[in-house]
Amino acid sequence: MNAENFIAEPGLVESLRPVSISQQALHIIEQHGVEDYPYECCGFLFGAEGNVRVIQEAKPVLNKVTENRNRRFEISPKDYLAAELYAVKNDLTLLGVYHSHPDHPAVPSIHDFKQAVPFFSYIIISVSDNHVQSLRSWQLSDGYFVEEKINQ
Amino acid sequence: MAKLIIPTPLRKFTNDQALIYTESGSVLEALNSLAALFPELKEHLFDDQGSLRKFIRIYVGDQDIRELNNEKTAVGSTTVVSIIPAIAGGTE
Repeated sequence: MNAENFIAEPGLVESLRPVSISQQALHIIEQHGVEDYPYECCGFLFGAEGNVRVIQEAKPVLNKVTENRNRRFEISPKDYLAAELYAVKNDLTLLGVYHSHPDHPAVPSIHDFKQAVPFFSYIIISVSDNHVQSLRSWQLSDGYFVEEKINQ
Repeated sequence: MAKLIIPTPLRKFTNDQALIYTESGSVLEALNSLAALFPELKEHLFDDQGSLRKFIRIYVGDQDIRELNNEKTAVGSTTVVSIIPAIAGGTE
C-alpha cells in the first residue's frame, strides 16, 4: 500500500470489473465540474451491472455544503432517497457518485474514504483553470480504494 | 410488519433485496430484526458500541429520526423505514 494507505496499489487487490461511461454521462460530469469550479460538484451515476459496469446516466445534484465548498461536498439524505427512487422508476441501478476535486488530483482523499460505501463507483474529476484535467473511477474493495479500469 | 428500504450499496448483504419486512415497534427493533436476518449487514449499521453508525441516516417516511425520537421512533405496520448512507467527501 502506498503513503495514502487506503488506496490499493495496482495489482495488489483483485481487479474489479471494468466500467464504461456513456458519452452523454461523461459530458454531463465534465460540464458540471467546469461550471461549478472552483467549488466541488457532485451527482449520481445510474446504469446497469454486467460483465462491464455500464454508466448510462449522470445526474447532477446539489452540493449542500455551505462552507469550504471548494474542498467539500455532501449530498442531502432526501436527494439520496430521490436517486434510489429514480433508479427504480427508470429500471436502472444506482451505481455510484461523481464529484470534482478543484485544483487537486482525481484521487480519493481521506474524507472520501471515511464515508465511502461498498459497491459504489466513485468517479472523481480533477478540474483546474476551468478545464477537466483527468477523470478516474474508484471503488471500495476489502477496505481499500481500488481504481476501476475505464473502457473507452 | 415494518417495511425497510435497503440502499443499493448494502443490497449485496440482503441477497439483492431492496425491500425487507421486519418486526415493527421501534426503529431500533426493526433494525435489530434486520441485522438478525442478515448478520453481514450489522457492521454496516452499528458500531462496536451497538450505536447506529455516524454515516448512516434513518428516515421514517420522509423524516429523519433525529428530528423524531431517534432509535426509539415508533414504527407501525405501514411505516416505511429508509436506510440512507451519508454521501460526502472532498479534497485534503
